[in-house]
Amino acid sequence: MPAAAETMPQNATQNSALAPGFQDPVHDAQDCFRAIMNAMARPGTLHGVRTSELTPPAPLTPAGAAAALTLFDYDTPVWLDRTLMASDEVKGFLRFHTGAPIVSEPVEAAFALVADPLQLISLASFNQGSAEYPDTSTTVILLKQDFGDGDKVTLEGPGIEKSAQFAPKPVPPTFWDQVIANNRQFPRGVDLIFAGSAEIAALPRSTHVTLPES
Amino acid sequence: MTGTAQLQTYDFAGGEYNFAYLDEQTKRMIRRAILKGIAIPGYQVPFASREMPMPYGWGTGGVQVTASILGKDDCLKMIDQGSDDTTNAVSLRGFFEKTAGVRTTYETSEATIVQTRHRIPEKPLREDQIIVFQVPIPEPLRFLEPRETETRKMHALEDYGLMHVKLYEDIAKNGHIATTYAYPVKVNGRYVMDPSPTPKFDNPKIDRMAALQLYGAGREKRIYAIPPYTDVKSLDFEDYPFEVQKFDMPCGLCGAENVYLDEVILDDKGGRMFVCSDSDYCEERRAEGHTGPMAADPAAVHIGGGKQEETDR
Amino acid sequence: MYVAVKGGETAIRNAHKLLAKRRRGDTSVPALTLEQIAEQLSHSVARVMGEGSLYDETLAALAIKQARGDLIEAAFLMRAYRTTLPRFGYSEPVDTAAMLVERRISATYKDLPGGQVLGPTFDYSHRLLDFALAAEDGDAVPAAETAPVEDVGMPRVTDLLGDEGLIEPSSTDSGDAPVGDLTREPLSFPADRDLRLQNLARGDEGFLLALAYSTQRGYGRTHPFAGEIRYGEVEVEFFAEELGFAVTLGTIKVTECQMVNQFAGSAKAPPAFTRGYGLVFGQVERKAMSMAMVDRSLRWQELGEEPVAPAQDIEFVLSHSDNIQATGFVEHLKLPHYVDFQAELDLVRRMRDEWFEKRRQENGSGNTQEAAE
Repeated sequence: MPAAAETMPQNATQNSALAPGFQDPVHDAQDCFRAIMNAMARPGTLHGVRTSELTPPAPLTPAGAAAALTLFDYDTPVWLDRTLMASDEVKGFLRFHTGAPIVSEPVEAAFALVADPLQLISLASFNQGSAEYPDTSTTVILLKQDFGDGDKVTLEGPGIEKSAQFAPKPVPPTFWDQVIANNRQFPRGVDLIFAGSAEIAALPRSTHVTLPES
Repeated sequence: MTGTAQLQTYDFAGGEYNFAYLDEQTKRMIRRAILKGIAIPGYQVPFASREMPMPYGWGTGGVQVTASILGKDDCLKMIDQGSDDTTNAVSLRGFFEKTAGVRTTYETSEATIVQTRHRIPEKPLREDQIIVFQVPIPEPLRFLEPRETETRKMHALEDYGLMHVKLYEDIAKNGHIATTYAYPVKVNGRYVMDPSPTPKFDNPKIDRMAALQLYGAGREKRIYAIPPYTDVKSLDFEDYPFEVQKFDMPCGLCGAENVYLDEVILDDKGGRMFVCSDSDYCEERRAEGHTGPMAADPAAVHIGGGKQEETDR
Repeated sequence: MYVAVKGGETAIRNAHKLLAKRRRGDTSVPALTLEQIAEQLSHSVARVMGEGSLYDETLAALAIKQARGDLIEAAFLMRAYRTTLPRFGYSEPVDTAAMLVERRISATYKDLPGGQVLGPTFDYSHRLLDFALAAEDGDAVPAAETAPVEDVGMPRVTDLLGDEGLIEPSSTDSGDAPVGDLTREPLSFPADRDLRLQNLARGDEGFLLALAYSTQRGYGRTHPFAGEIRYGEVEVEFFAEELGFAVTLGTIKVTECQMVNQFAGSAKAPPAFTRGYGLVFGQVERKAMSMAMVDRSLRWQELGEEPVAPAQDIEFVLSHSDNIQATGFVEHLKLPHYVDFQAELDLVRRMRDEWFEKRRQENGSGNTQEAAE
């Protein structure tokens, strides 16, 4: 169901202290979308996003804000992790610039924003989509990612010519087992976006992950 | 005659449209559908397709996808039936030149985005390219089961028995599978997908293609995708393996073999000529000095065409 | 000729020029004004607004002029324009009981509160070409005698029936339930009544007429009575969040049709009349009535009826009612398809070769079988 009447965010005038959104909403969003699309199409590869002009309230990061401004609007319920939820500035920023309703149940979310990935709740608690409509699942966006320093996992599947290495951090302790379980229920499952300081990577549900030990 | 009270007054000066025509909210909605399509290769993602300023059937799905991914630095190639200068390709290219002001090209290798109807360029696409297909009927099972409620269930249950029965009946009746275009494929071992009405000649090209493939069906409100290097298998049987069309002769103009050819009727006495369907490919070969068996024919000058117009910006 | 599809830029430009010329016709005849179209072709304007899903008489008149009177093309122009408009929200439901009525008839009661108001209608006109119109100079319009309408209000017939419990309630939902919008979310099946009504309201008049007609001829009979048809002006209100109350945006003219249908009752519900509902922009009674009949017909499942007819098939009806979609896909066959046709040519030639070969083998040493090839 479409959301109720929502005035254009640009028209609102309150909250003058609010951090600005994209300087060039049309082309910045397009540029960021292409980065996310390419990341989703080539799992595990890094794609630069223009973030220099974004100064979102902490703990939201510039890359996370760019993804939010690109993907969220009043049609996309958003779930925030505890640290983000605790910040009125973050909620105000997202509401003002995207109009997205903020929901408390992860299963209701089209997107989840996670600023403290170590404390990420189980992937299974998000919407997994249905067998008939697997596209209704949640896309989980992990912020503050460093690429290359984490546990190295091997990726195979659509978008990967042979195999690829991926080592983001921080991720919660049983994260990779959850990602493997997520892939096993394909076509249902969540998709993951990893936002670093100025780069974005992704792991769609279609990616097959192998741990170094196995 | 004076206007009546309830008639609105407009200044009918030309309106300004957003970059690439679509408003940002529509683009976001389509972009989200594209991401889901990529994450679930071959699955048809429903999207709230908009009415576009060209009719349904003219490529509204492809146009909406292209408009949603297009950036100002992109270079767009628009083809219909393999050719850049067919009327609808000209019209859609003009649409994007006008609404987005992007650079356009006839050369496959120069394009960052190729939007196509019914063909895939002969020259292999690269990793840094995207191909957008215009799709009329996205549901491969539609002609076997017209109900969306039923076909959706079949996809959910991975129940493709009906499709195999149909193909097998073809073999029983004709000795081979009588599907020549929109030949169904299985993507990444899961979803059966319609590759749009490209001739099955092009099916091998979508298997493990280096470029991202996006499919847009405007009237039917579906978007789907195949990520790069994804396994795409044309449906067949062990004893009746999938095979593509073969042409007995090379292109009359450039002599290319193993390409898809158009049959051109030259007169009413059975005179005909086969030429590359991919006009850019043919032209490039002729520029390199290749000639076909009918290159000297007077008809060749006419068919080969003059130089084309492209934007240079 | 091959070049027919390879004309490119020049051919398209010339086609547009030719079209403009044909559209204008003989320039010694004055051009139509939008006011003329809006005032004198009001049925066309209403149809284009309804199927184009945008209430604006000026733009509808412009679309009709631009489309050379092709109403589906005109509706398409409206739709394509509509998609570019910013969306501020959804209006409050219009209150048709408070309609400023210009016409109101009931086929189920001889008289009723507010009375029968015949209003402007073709119903009892004799369909004789009026040659006087051909020479009309513009101002010879007879004034109608109108009796002052008693100010007793005009309750809807279905509300009168409802007071006695003889008809099902209009909706089991509370007015606050969210309403679907198929311009924002693609239609999925099974579709609820809100989406079905939206689809029918945008649907092709001819398609709905044929389906409604089919139910009268035994293909899913629903025993309809025209409980009430009313046409007039209603206010459109918008709830402004900033103000905290609804403000009137303006008025629109609509035709509402409430069909009253027999219902024998079921284990769960006592016998009562059931409803079919139609609401369209402008005075388009044929469409409003057809819509109401098809709406009722599509409700077979909730009323425990057997699906036996095309007009009851939700997916079939809703998937094919939109004439913009339908005309697009039918007419797209005009686009070049020669790549696919080549593939079919190749196949048919091969299958013919196989067929003749097989016959030759069956007939022993044939020598004339190839003649046909």
